[in-house]
Amino acid sequence: MSEQDVTRREEETASEQPGLLPPVDVFEDAAGITVYADVPGVTRENLEVHVEGDNLFLEGKIAVEMPKELEATHVEVPRSRYRRVFALSREFDTGKLTADLKNGVLRLRIPKAEHAKPKRIQVSAE
Amino acid sequence: MEYSLFPRDLFSELERLQRQIQQAVELSPSIRGFNRGGFPALNVASTPESAEVYAFAPGLDPGKIEVQLERGVLSISGERKPELPADEGSSVHLNERFAGRFHRVISLADDLDPNEVRATYREGVLHISIKRRESAIPRRINIT
Repeated sequence: MSEQDVTRREEETASEQPGLLPPVDVFEDAAGITVYADVPGVTRENLEVHVEGDNLFLEGKIAVEMPKELEATHVEVPRSRYRRVFALSREFDTGKLTADLKNGVLRLRIPKAEHAKPKRIQVSAE
Repeated sequence: MEYSLFPRDLFSELERLQRQIQQAVELSPSIRGFNRGGFPALNVASTPESAEVYAFAPGLDPGKIEVQLERGVLSISGERKPELPADEGSSVHLNERFAGRFHRVISLADDLDPNEVRATYREGVLHISIKRRESAIPRRINIT
């Protein structure tokens, strides 16, 4: 099978394929939220981070060079795509989202909108 | 049959169920236990000339990964530091990524040449390619 065939077949099935769920760490501080996601095998070009409505989509394709005539004998990563969706709440300023990818770890930072930063409410006692 | 310490704990019940299913399906599990789901995840493949191991180990310093091959047994070990929130006042909403020391061992075929190992680390994937010994590569024999 030529390489083109392989890619095409993958594109066709991509929508049905559930994809691997990358493990994440999510931290929140007063200024925003930080997400770390493990996406080993994904290059910058194959990574897609986008916001649609209130949802944050993380998607990536594993691109690992493999020799020809390969016969798998033990498989723990059975798919070649990652996909995870998070619901965001309104207070995040997705226009200022920053993402960087290093050694297969994606780091996202989403700041909170100015008006959403917490204000300390003074509790008064009589 | 094993019973969990906290019978009402849904997650430990699920884990117990998973172990029982694994025991039922895999009649002879490895002496090193059920490694599936460990860190790093491994894909192993073979070609006529080599064995190819792909370890999905993101976020490591390649200089600190230990790879050893001894009598066809490959071991990969190292440590992944936890990613900590920047300031004290942060809250942790999800914490799913592996942190700590890891050590995975797999037995490969014994026709591999320990002097012909190449390991590369790219995009968080450690690729170890081990050539088979010359004598083990299948050769077509001409009949005269």
